Amino acid sequence: MLILTCPYCGVAADETELAPGGEAHLTREGPGSDDDAFAGYLFHRENPKGVHFERWRHAMGCGKWFHAARCTVTLEVFGTYAAQVTEPPRAIRDAVSARRPGWRWRDLT
Amino acid sequence: MQRYSAFAVAREALRHHRGWGRAWGAPEPKAHYDTVIVGAGGHGLATAYWLGKRFGIRDVAVIEKGWLGGGNTGRNTTIIRSNYLQDPSAAIYEKSRALYETMSQDINYNVMFSPRGVMMLAQTEHEVRGYRRTAQANALQGVETQFISPRRVKELCPILNIDGPRYPVLGALWQPRGGTARHDAVAWGYARACSDMGMDVIQQCEVTAVRSEAGQVTGIETTRGTIGCGRLGIVVAGHSGVLADMAGFRLPIESVALQALVSEPIKPCMDVVVMANTVHGYMSQSDKGEMVIGGGADGYNNYTQRGSFHHIEETVRALVETFPMISRLKMLRQWGGIVDMTGDRSPIISRTPLGGCYINCGWGTGGFKAIPGSGWAMAELMAKGASPLAEAFTLDRFRQGRFIDESVAAGVAH
Ligand SMILES: Cc1cc2nc3c(=O)[nH]c(=O)nc-3n(C[C@H](O)[C@H](O)[C@H](O)COP(=O)(O)OP(=O)(O)OC[C@H]3O[C@@H](n4cnc5c(N)ncnc54)[C@H](O)[C@@H]3O)c2cc1C
Ligand SMILES: [Zn+2]
Repeated sequence: MLILTCPYCGVAADETELAPGGEAHLTREGPGSDDDAFAGYLFHRENPKGVHFERWRHAMGCGKWFHAARCTVTLEVFGTYAAQVTEPPRAIRDAVSARRPGWRWRDLT
Repeated sequence: MQRYSAFAVAREALRHHRGWGRAWGAPEPKAHYDTVIVGAGGHGLATAYWLGKRFGIRDVAVIEKGWLGGGNTGRNTTIIRSNYLQDPSAAIYEKSRALYETMSQDINYNVMFSPRGVMMLAQTEHEVRGYRRTAQANALQGVETQFISPRRVKELCPILNIDGPRYPVLGALWQPRGGTARHDAVAWGYARACSDMGMDVIQQCEVTAVRSEAGQVTGIETTRGTIGCGRLGIVVAGHSGVLADMAGFRLPIESVALQALVSEPIKPCMDVVVMANTVHGYMSQSDKGEMVIGGGADGYNNYTQRGSFHHIEETVRALVETFPMISRLKMLRQWGGIVDMTGDRSPIISRTPLGGCYINCGWGTGGFKAIPGSGWAMAELMAKGASPLAEAFTLDRFRQGRFIDESVAAGVAH
């Protein structure tokens, strides 16, 4: 069972209490973007075998969206963080690096 | 190749079964092949088989990191049907279903195709309308299906509870020539046929990198050395994103876990396949007597080949309501596979941004039924550069907005 701690209400929630929302930190395209950009935003996914940043909603709890850093191979959770950021904060990246030395995502380590 | 037949069994019985040879070889990889297929699941092996059979391309290696059919091909619940809504889907799935009818004879290997009939229950008014529409579409597509009454449902499957209370059965979409087949046998039979044509099926060999020059594929790196190739086919289901990353492009795919389970064996009680999409469960009985049960996929990215416990509970709860007599059955085994889900729940059989590199993936929760037809189309695409059956399933349909939307057609797409 996957257990994620909601960064808003602090509840350690079981996955039955949560709704998964897919890959995080996608750039939202709008009017003026071309077809490739839209295909990238709407459909193309990193789908990594390893560290994954993703969106979750505390659906059966406080109802808020948040972010989680998780390993898709071991299901280890590195941490959860607020929804109002466009990339994983330093503390989360450090927590990932401590467990996965040499790891990188986009141009961040 | 040693032919399998009733006569061969009798002959071997007389000499204490000492005369059976290996069904397929265990070759060392060569330095170069005309064509390399990554992934010895059903789709990869069927691609190689048809490359040899239809196009005479036999300088082929199929590279597998684990064992033959150890991916989803050996983990699925083996439902075969072709009652899809959209024309391109019906075309490729019906081609595939038709190829299953003669597969055992074609490859001289008993895949135990059993066209026992597949029934998709309508348990809401919405489903009744949806399946009536699919039955009409199927009539136009030349796929034999029928919308049947609750009484007929009960006749075909007496152990079904059609009276609810929560979701009474209002009818069903019935495909009499749908059914099941033995999943391992499909992989083994194709591997034997490929081996017989002189192809190398190489197990325990993981692809770790894709090599290219000036936008054209030149080979692969593996745990057993470098292998050069003129053409590369990537057919790795749940690992498609990993291979695409090696080849330098992205896919509209997410990998999630899908589970199945089987009960202890019991006496024959059900000779059709029943799918109940509203309550999210489906069931058939194997020749051994086990009830084979499947449910929904998890919603989050996962490569662990095991799924969430609560999904098992949901599935079993739904099926106990649908089949009250199974309430005291013990479950024997449960397992998971990593399925490759696309945005429109339809597969991809396509060229890729890398020259000479082709991909076949996105079969998600429902690609066992598609194995022979998908290999047929993929081989044609790789040999001739185009295939009528694969035409609609290109990678760039997501950029063009040309979706083949099967997600509305069926909640569960096994
Ligand atoms: C529980 C479950 C139930 C299902 N039920 C049904 C059903 O009832 N009906 C139906 O039609 N479909 C069903 N499916 C879906 C079906 O199983 C798949 O769509 C189909 O088997 C996919 O076949 P494949 O050959 O593409 O993939 P696979 O059989 O997964 O083969 C891919 C192979 O690629 C190999 N590979 C991966 N990475 C590498 C690498 N780097 N190097 C070398 N090799 C590599 C893997 O080891 C694997 O053997 C179900 C799936 C699951 C998991
Ligand atoms: Zn919360």
